[in-house]
Amino acid sequence: MSKLKVNNLSCQKGYNLLFENLSFEINSGDVLKISGPNGSGKTSLLRIIAGLSSFESGEIHYDSYKLNSEQYKLDFLYLGHLASLSPELSCIENLRYSSLLDANDLNNDHSMALKQVGLEKYENDLVGTLSAGQKKRIALSILFITSSKVWLLDEPFSALDSKAIKIFENKIEDHCKQGGICILTTHQECNINNLREISL
Amino acid sequence: MNIFLTTISRDLKMAVRNPSSFLNPLMFFVISISLFPIAISPEAETLTRMAPGIFWVITMLSVLLSLNTLFHYDFDNGVLEQMIISHHSLSLILLAKTTAHWILSGLPIIILSPFLGMALFLSSESIIILILTLIIATPCLSLIGSIGASLVVGIKNSGMLLSLLILPLYIPILIFATSAISHAQSHQAIDGQLYFLGFFLVLSLIITPFLSALSLKISLE
Repeated sequence: MSKLKVNNLSCQKGYNLLFENLSFEINSGDVLKISGPNGSGKTSLLRIIAGLSSFESGEIHYDSYKLNSEQYKLDFLYLGHLASLSPELSCIENLRYSSLLDANDLNNDHSMALKQVGLEKYENDLVGTLSAGQKKRIALSILFITSSKVWLLDEPFSALDSKAIKIFENKIEDHCKQGGICILTTHQECNINNLREISL
Repeated sequence: MNIFLTTISRDLKMAVRNPSSFLNPLMFFVISISLFPIAISPEAETLTRMAPGIFWVITMLSVLLSLNTLFHYDFDNGVLEQMIISHHSLSLILLAKTTAHWILSGLPIIILSPFLGMALFLSSESIIILILTLIIATPCLSLIGSIGASLVVGIKNSGMLLSLLILPLYIPILIFATSAISHAQSHQAIDGQLYFLGFFLVLSLIITPFLSALSLKISLE
């Protein structure tokens, strides 16, 4: 049973205080949606939890692991605004490299992951030739092979059609049923069971 | 080690599919050196005397031109973020990227240098020393350059800033490399210069991956 605890977290960008004394706790099996207007600090919060950005004050605890320790990094998967794909590489090459960065496992079934997101036909096509929605699907296809327990997803459903959104909502639900944790930001409606929401 | 070799092969693959990123600096290198005999003098004596300086200044500028692409594409695509939060050592990943950069910028210069050396009337002994200095010192250029590239990765049109940051650090390499070739031309000992260049290489290999990783984390915050 894993637990992520954020305690009195404050974040400031330049002269703007984005949030102050933010506290929440999330356990295995929970999905947390962070909502708020543009510029309220949703992305900053995810980046802080992912270990990409610094914060003014507060604490983040994940089980007994320290923020940015090797085990912490292994257990966390962060997918940001950008798709993290290189246009010069094919879909499968991008996915292989992403999963290597994520968990050092090249034995995953990357073709299966692409099939799950409906892009098996484009396996060897260069990412640069695909549409924004298809790129987003490839970026999210890592969810089908990752072994990370905590998923941090920043606007995961942007540019996706309703069918793809359903695929990934189901995947998030499955992940949480198996004891995973998911924190996501989105401006769209989510049809995920046991969804909790906090506003910034 | 898996991540090191995979990152090198990934970067090389990307460069082959987008060849302008590494061919432009190489074209600059070849064209600039070829223009000197036309612009200054076709006399062998003049060109031979100036060749070490010409070679090394153009090599540095050529490497400097290619440095912008070292992290730029991965930054724009968000891959750098994934490298930072990966459980793999960021220093090792950046060392792999810098190695790929050297294979694409330094290695072709080393391969082309005998031909361009002949165009500047360098003797065969001087060409061997030229190649030796390039083999030892071009990796230093990529390694030191990676620190500057990681510092300015988030800044648009950062070419000038990168030059101002990096060129002063290249000066010792320029001095010892050109001095080694000039001394070889006048049949003097060059051990000292080569030892210094070797020392720079070892020092760069040890400290620059950590400094690049640190500055990249700061730049992406």
